[in-house]
Amino acid sequence: MSKERVALPTRGFFENKTKKGISSWIFTTDHKRIALLYLYSIAFFFLSAAILGILMKIELIAPGKTIMNASTYNKTFTLHGVIMIFLFIIPGIPAVFGNFILPLIIGAEDVAFPRINLLSWYFYVGGAILALSTLFFGEGTADTGWTFYAPYSVRTGTNVTQAVLAAFILGFSSILTGLNFLTTIHRMRAKGMDWFKMPLFVWATYATAWIQILATPVIGITLLMIVAERTLGIGLFDPSLGGDPILYQHLFWIYSHPAVYIMILPAMGVISEIIPVFTRRRIFGYKAIAYSSLAIAFVGYLVWGHHMFTAGMSGPSRVIFSILTFLVSIPSAVKIFNWLATMYKGSIDMQPPMLYAMGFIFLFMIGGLTGLLLGALATDTHLTDTAFVVGHFHYVMFGGTGFGFFAAMHYWFPKIYGRMYNIKRAKSAFWVIFVGFNILYFPMLIMGIMGLPRRYYDYLPQFQPLEILSTVGSWILFTGLIIMLVNIIKGMKSGLPAGDNPWKGTTLEWQTSSPPILENFKIMPEVTEGPYEYDNIK
Amino acid sequence: MEQVITHQHPHRDDEASKMGMWLFLFTELLLFGGLFLVFSIYRYMNQKAFAAGGHELDVFIGTVNTIILITSSMTIAVSIAAIQQDKKKLSISLMVLTIFLAIIFLINKYFEWAHKFEHGLAPGTDSFLHLPKGEALFFLLYFFMTGLHALHVIAGSVFIGVIIFKVKNGTINSTNFVQHENAGLYWHLVDIIWIFLFPLFYLVH
Repeated sequence: MSKERVALPTRGFFENKTKKGISSWIFTTDHKRIALLYLYSIAFFFLSAAILGILMKIELIAPGKTIMNASTYNKTFTLHGVIMIFLFIIPGIPAVFGNFILPLIIGAEDVAFPRINLLSWYFYVGGAILALSTLFFGEGTADTGWTFYAPYSVRTGTNVTQAVLAAFILGFSSILTGLNFLTTIHRMRAKGMDWFKMPLFVWATYATAWIQILATPVIGITLLMIVAERTLGIGLFDPSLGGDPILYQHLFWIYSHPAVYIMILPAMGVISEIIPVFTRRRIFGYKAIAYSSLAIAFVGYLVWGHHMFTAGMSGPSRVIFSILTFLVSIPSAVKIFNWLATMYKGSIDMQPPMLYAMGFIFLFMIGGLTGLLLGALATDTHLTDTAFVVGHFHYVMFGGTGFGFFAAMHYWFPKIYGRMYNIKRAKSAFWVIFVGFNILYFPMLIMGIMGLPRRYYDYLPQFQPLEILSTVGSWILFTGLIIMLVNIIKGMKSGLPAGDNPWKGTTLEWQTSSPPILENFKIMPEVTEGPYEYDNIK
Repeated sequence: MEQVITHQHPHRDDEASKMGMWLFLFTELLLFGGLFLVFSIYRYMNQKAFAAGGHELDVFIGTVNTIILITSSMTIAVSIAAIQQDKKKLSISLMVLTIFLAIIFLINKYFEWAHKFEHGLAPGTDSFLHLPKGEALFFLLYFFMTGLHALHVIAGSVFIGVIIFKVKNGTINSTNFVQHENAGLYWHLVDIIWIFLFPLFYLVH
């Protein structure tokens, strides 16, 4: 195995002449370095939260107490949720690949506000430290679930205030990223790249950035109200003062449902980049995919009520929210059909990024279809707050966004580091992850239909066989993640030089060196045709 | 055509910084938007209590503060016009005046709040439990919304303070004043939010 480490033809932006060592990273305004700062911090938090998930599954391997008591279990799933949502999935693809690729793919030398970009990473780290600090004092980390529902979040003695403030600060980081990307896309596209010559990843990032800007402040103010109620006694959700706890749920989901699209849209953008490259075909229905991103962003604002069908809402509003929920599945399906149509009669090359993209489509479809059962009023009444919801959510978020993140990682890896990971091992890692994923989450769907409630550390004995299956799945999945990670790290250090355009992509990021030089391009590119013209490439 | 680009500061793009500022203002509007939503829902649920609460507030101080803020919006706007015509001194004194007006606004606010606290209306105490149903919500919202607005007044003043400094050392001048304009935009936002808070709390009975 000990092959000679082959030197790269260029070290690109990794070479820094003015600053040395750590300060060349933490004081950088280069979008590529900031992206890597995000990548390493996000990978760290993803793994920590994945370990928490493993612990929860071990607890559930047998009824009754196995390794932790009920209150520890509550804290564990809250921390798992808070880290995964606020520190991994929401920043995930935009902060890492948006930062690294967006300026390259539109032919710009950086984002519009490089210093604000760095500031947003500082906010991210600050929020993360605050969130983790809850572990170490008082009654420990919050036990409310990542949704912080009032009135319990106001009454519990655990460190909800810090956790909520952390989410507030992370929201700020998200807003600044969105603001930066919107301005960048509006102002800094290469000469000749009009709106409908933009690659679809840019469209997805654009729609995402709008949601980040227009939805995040609402959760910001809602979380501040929780803080004000806990610390200043401004009890706006306190029934004894005339307040209404249900209003908290409304405000929370007014942000948090659109946030689901902050999580999934960039992943869809990644898939729209990968599929044409590995089928050597122009994307089918470019405009439909572009507009569907905007449609998802828009309709996504109007469906928050479907989280509250059983929380106490009038009949008519439930029906309306249900209809709107079904409506949002149309633009998602438009994307899926366009991807499939792109692959039809293409010369499909099952490289690792394409495998992950296929995994995305398969798992996201299961996630989407189970979502319809939750969007329908009659079935939701039975399924709400069961393990079915947990299964559905992980199929959409992990199977969707998570796999999209891995796809992006494997797709742009040679561009970022200039080296290639071991392709064979990447493929086997994919299959281990894919199998483990389904063994872990599919039983949850079945158990949910059988009536297993979510968020309990205990269950009736008849669920044990499926729980054991699911726990074993979590081990397989984790093994796969480790194989993938080791492969990536090895590739980073000693992979073979990949060349500037290993996948023969047509978008602009492949036209510069790998890794890209500090200024991104030696000659600023000009665009004359659409992003996916493969006829001109051999 | 080969363009040489130095990395540290890509070309200056005033249009982009303005756009960024406007987007940031959107987020501020939505931040308060959440509160206006809560206000309107609770008002709808407790019409009479909110009207009664409104009578307790001092319309005179409210009006004075409104006039103060609108005036300060004018002074910051004129200070931008002044820097565009290279009248550095005038611009600085107008900004100092703006901050001065902001401080007066906050002092008035302080007296208003202190007055409420003296009457036992301090959040976190039991006094709210004895108010008629809904009136507690009115005052809690009053403290929360005007409090958050006051924080924005302070933030805006700091922003203007930074601009004063930059005008002094010449970073901002008659050819490069987009940051000054952005500070002005932010200050107008602070003003406009007050223009909505004032009638909602003080005038609508």
